Amino acid sequence: MKTLIATLFVALAGLTVVPAASAAGSSGDLPSISVDVSDQAALQRGARLYMNYCMACHSTQYMRYNRVGRDIGLTEEQVVDNFIFTTDAEGELVGAGELMKNAMTDAYAEEAFGVTPPDLTMTTRIHGEDWVYAFLKGFYVDESRPLGANNKVFDNVGMPHILWELQGWQEKVVDDDGNERLELVQGGSMSQSEYDRAVRDLVTYLSYMGEPMQLDRQRIGLYVIIFLAIFSILAYFLKKEYWKDVH
Amino acid sequence: MASNPDEKIQGGLLGWVDARFPLSQMWNDHLAKYYAPKNFNFWYFFGSLALLVLVIQIVSGIFLTMFYKPDAELAFASVEYIMRDVEWGWLIRYMHSTGASMFFVVVYLHMFRALLYGSYKKPRELIWIFGVLIYLVLMAEAFAGYLLPWGQMSYWGAQVIVNLFQTIPYIGPDLVTWIRGDFLLSDATLNRFFALHVIALPLVLILLVVAHIIALHEVGSNNPDGVEIKKNKDENGIPKDGIPFHPYYSVKDLVGVGVFLIVFAAVMFFFPTGGGLFLKPDNMIPADPLVTPDLIPPVWYFTSMYSVLRSVPDPFLGVLAMGAAVVMLFFIPWLDRNPVLSMRYRSFAARFNLAVFVVAFVVLGWLGLQQATTEVSEMSLRFSTLYFAFFFLLWFLSKERSAGFSLIAFGVVVAIYTFYDVVRFDPSDASLIMWSWLLPTAHLFVTMVVPVFARGLGRDRAVPERVTS
Repeated sequence: MKTLIATLFVALAGLTVVPAASAAGSSGDLPSISVDVSDQAALQRGARLYMNYCMACHSTQYMRYNRVGRDIGLTEEQVVDNFIFTTDAEGELVGAGELMKNAMTDAYAEEAFGVTPPDLTMTTRIHGEDWVYAFLKGFYVDESRPLGANNKVFDNVGMPHILWELQGWQEKVVDDDGNERLELVQGGSMSQSEYDRAVRDLVTYLSYMGEPMQLDRQRIGLYVIIFLAIFSILAYFLKKEYWKDVH
Repeated sequence: MASNPDEKIQGGLLGWVDARFPLSQMWNDHLAKYYAPKNFNFWYFFGSLALLVLVIQIVSGIFLTMFYKPDAELAFASVEYIMRDVEWGWLIRYMHSTGASMFFVVVYLHMFRALLYGSYKKPRELIWIFGVLIYLVLMAEAFAGYLLPWGQMSYWGAQVIVNLFQTIPYIGPDLVTWIRGDFLLSDATLNRFFALHVIALPLVLILLVVAHIIALHEVGSNNPDGVEIKKNKDENGIPKDGIPFHPYYSVKDLVGVGVFLIVFAAVMFFFPTGGGLFLKPDNMIPADPLVTPDLIPPVWYFTSMYSVLRSVPDPFLGVLAMGAAVVMLFFIPWLDRNPVLSMRYRSFAARFNLAVFVVAFVVLGWLGLQQATTEVSEMSLRFSTLYFAFFFLLWFLSKERSAGFSLIAFGVVVAIYTFYDVVRFDPSDASLIMWSWLLPTAHLFVTMVVPVFARGLGRDRAVPERVTS
């Protein structure tokens, strides 16, 4: 029995090396960022950027306005005044309890961009936070594209560089070693570090959007595990007491 | 009327019930006077844990059904509605998705236990058969359930699996249309999969679990020594090495439940996606029949079987191989004719065979998640060979074989797959084919030829009269 278990462990230990090695190659080229979804100021800044620059094309249709407001520390009034620009069939602004859809039709989007802008409710869960961050910093001038911009991590993307006012324009340069990198050729209204922070705020907001309950589940999870640990210890002593007379 | 002394003891409500329904008798037969061997170890937790996960799945599933909409237009959004708008919906949904993976973890460990201690051998063949049927139904249940969120992986994963039936000669295409209820995977498919997932299959599953337990309690539990405790009874007819399941194992299983739930909660609250193994990132994209994902790996618990499928180039033969990989499990009680139950007293060769089987299963599982490159396909073939070799060796190691028989059998088996290697030989992969040929050959050499020269390695040990610890 012991030898069998030992054999298994050796075999499994050998296996774990293989996926670790292969995983490094795929995601290694994106810089990794860490976002803090408990940072309400960052979430509010991210939400403002999202509403001003993204929401017109990219809905977050599985989420409700007032839920976002509640979670990032805004009153319902602030949400209505600052976030809601979408009207219903009668031309009235939609209520704070509505899903965060937008007015762009698929047909219009198809004509303008050649593709329907995807809903972004779960974009960080699909692509990962690192990818979204790299994507938003990855736009560069490319005159061959219909909207004048291409993207380093999403080749021939249909989306224009919507944040160009903030970041300015980058160009792709190839250094002596043949490595491609992006260089800022025309500044925007933000410095590079300000833009990095703005993008990070946006990713923080989208990370929250992907799983709005993520802080809840971690907080509750801790209490559940503490309870279960105490339960297990008590169960163990109960078992020991019952088993005293089994020889 | 003469008073019956029993009536006095068994008075009250319980007596009233017992006169009409065998409540006390069932309690005694299955718990208080069901004598289980006293030497159960770690591996014996997984039976009761499987039952626990079944209950978790049913209860969380009932709540999900209250909010889920089985409609291709609404399904995806209704899952997000559960995740975002339903109070505690995220907890219920993560409980159900984590439960699905944990069900397979527990069932695989439970099956391994049976192989480890020979729990499938006489008189427990039917328990094993019911168990394999449970495994089959569980796979169908998981497969049907995976379609319901109607994400890209749901859709395309189901597409791949349903299309396997297309490979069946003559009836294939019509059969697939019949299964889908449409000419493509659509709303009709989602509706019927929902019906199967929430009613038909759970019902079968519960019936099989009941049959599994009734069969177990009829013949009694095996144990790590593989000793039949009913052979040593005291003057009251109670096995000397047996203890009542309740309270001894009910309190012991409570410890297992606690520790297991810690693991369960750790996944559910901190790693609900299991690093993409339990919930795949692509499944957060709504199903789109026009966009095929680059890679459509099945969920982790199917990947071993999927690798067996991919190891054969011909689609229909691949499906047959995959089917055989599961169906072979049914024959285990009759392949392994060795009278020694527990691996504790089996030979080195027999233990080595089981260890390689486990490794093959895990490696096949890993390979099933990878893009099908030449190397991955080749390794899938070699490890599939190791997987099937397990069943042959179970039979071969049933008794000590003569030197002549061992060598001839070894030669024949090696010749079979070497012949296939020659037929499919491709000079561009020559070195890969040749070195990987050593994998099954080395395994068969150790289990079949080495014991001829070192007899001790092929010899089982004496089984004690009574359980050891």
